Amino acid sequence: MTLTLEEVEHIAGLARLSLTDEEKIRFGKQLSAILDYAASLQALDTEKIPPTSSVLPPRSRLRRDEPRPGLTIEELVGNAPEVEKNQFRVPPVLET
Amino acid sequence: VVDLNQLTLFEAAAGLRTGEFSSLDLVGACLDQIDRLEPLLKAFITIQPDKAIDNARSADDLLYRWRKDPSISLPSLTGIPLAVKDVLCVSGMPCTCGSRILEGFVPPYSATAVERILAAGGIIVGKTNTDEFAMGSSTENSAFFTTNNPWDLKRVPGGSSGGSAAAVAARLVPAALGTDTGGSVRQPASFCGVTGIKPTYGRVSRYGLVAFGSSLDVVGVLASSAAEAGLVFSLMAGFDEKDSTTLDLPLPELKFGDQPTERALEGLRIGIPKEYFSDGLQTEVEEGVRKAVEVLESFGAQIAPVSLPHTEYALPVYYLIAPAEASANLARFDGIRYGPRSTGSNMWDIFYRTRGEKFGQEVKRRIMLGTYALSAGYYDAYYGQAQKVRTLIKRDFEQAFEKVDMIAAPVTPTTAFRAGEHTEDPLAMYLEDVLTLPANLAGIPALAFPVGFDRQGLPVGMQLMGPHYQEEVLFKIAHTYQQVTAWHKQRPVL
Repeated sequence: MTLTLEEVEHIAGLARLSLTDEEKIRFGKQLSAILDYAASLQALDTEKIPPTSSVLPPRSRLRRDEPRPGLTIEELVGNAPEVEKNQFRVPPVLET
Repeated sequence: VVDLNQLTLFEAAAGLRTGEFSSLDLVGACLDQIDRLEPLLKAFITIQPDKAIDNARSADDLLYRWRKDPSISLPSLTGIPLAVKDVLCVSGMPCTCGSRILEGFVPPYSATAVERILAAGGIIVGKTNTDEFAMGSSTENSAFFTTNNPWDLKRVPGGSSGGSAAAVAARLVPAALGTDTGGSVRQPASFCGVTGIKPTYGRVSRYGLVAFGSSLDVVGVLASSAAEAGLVFSLMAGFDEKDSTTLDLPLPELKFGDQPTERALEGLRIGIPKEYFSDGLQTEVEEGVRKAVEVLESFGAQIAPVSLPHTEYALPVYYLIAPAEASANLARFDGIRYGPRSTGSNMWDIFYRTRGEKFGQEVKRRIMLGTYALSAGYYDAYYGQAQKVRTLIKRDFEQAFEKVDMIAAPVTPTTAFRAGEHTEDPLAMYLEDVLTLPANLAGIPALAFPVGFDRQGLPVGMQLMGPHYQEEVLFKIAHTYQQVTAWHKQRPVL
């Protein structure tokens, strides 16, 4: 199979990746080759086989809902590129 | 005089207790070795010598007090230097994941695995090189530099835990933490001639590990011997309320005796899977593994052929599932909460540009692949089908373990390859992992250790794979082997 330029751009959009023109061409070729290789899986009859999403038995565990010490606000925002008044600073999200 | 950095963890712990040498001596010897060899190897992304020396002084103080009053508690790794792969958080030490997108990120907390090493008295000297976000088999995908193999500096150390493997092989530290999503502990252990454990999925907490493939990732250890890897493993394994995937099971008590009895492995059935000995296998790798199996047989183990018929599908299954999980996990790197931010006129622009500019080629390739496999119209054909074939691979092992207790196989088809050999062809690089991926897909524990050298003097490795939770048996077999062989004691000349 061969991914078209439009398909590559669509996937990059879903993944929020800006790609150069050169990357679009290269990834298109490489992903096509990898997906061709993965096509060998289609030959297996898996109609009655359940999928494995985790090798562990599913279970959930709850802990007591009680306060305990955690990281401070300063520690939590301390690695952000732009901070104002202990909050992450970002450009406007909603256009007015 | 023996160089202190050459001592095993056990010898180092014993010497510190008797006062034969101090933690400052030991840490100093490792830092000297790092100073001397790091320009050749480039195993570390971050080294914090001053902090290590401070911690060594504190350890010496505790050791001094303990010698006066042995009733006070002295943790088993007190005063011993170790290294940590740079995908695990260590409070106050930069964590880059080998990526530009995390440059400048200094975690305010430590991973649980790291916390437990620190609680056991270990001193972390630095963070080791890795392929970006652990995606690779050579460290060539690190955004900073490629680590060199101590046995041949023109060759790669394997990956993604290549920095940890090279650091242990060259005795910069006696042991180092690594992670294994598709072979990232075992393959570099094999390329560098050290011992590496990939525990059962869920055995070691992943709290504080930067996630790659969440149904596959495990934290492991690289050391010079099975006994040393076993010691560090037993200190960091076990339930953690901060990671809901950790197993709430008692830990096996690992015992490492001196001289194995003649029938030490009596009654143990070891399977040899024919699918792991196919055409592409280097002759010397096959010979090394077969000879090692003969050694195990001489201790009473029964050897039997087994079949894992879906082995050939592990590679396509893994390269759909792991990128799919990675594409979701790496969505958090968006230039808002950590790392650098590219300029953009609006939020979307910032996301696109930060991710496009700061992620490296392999990470972008895998995000693209995973996004495609999960996208509308392709989900069932790719991701869904891969999850079903994963069930078949898991069942192969379940059926094999009805006949045998353990499986012995090569770790990699060849010994360490040259830097640059596979960088132009991603599929050729992925084939490096063909023998290590199945254990991750099945979630079973596996242990890699050296069993010889090829004609070029490069280490040959073997892996043992066992049923879930059977790390104890893996360590016992490898330890028995290492008691009567000396491959694991060989050191590169540097």
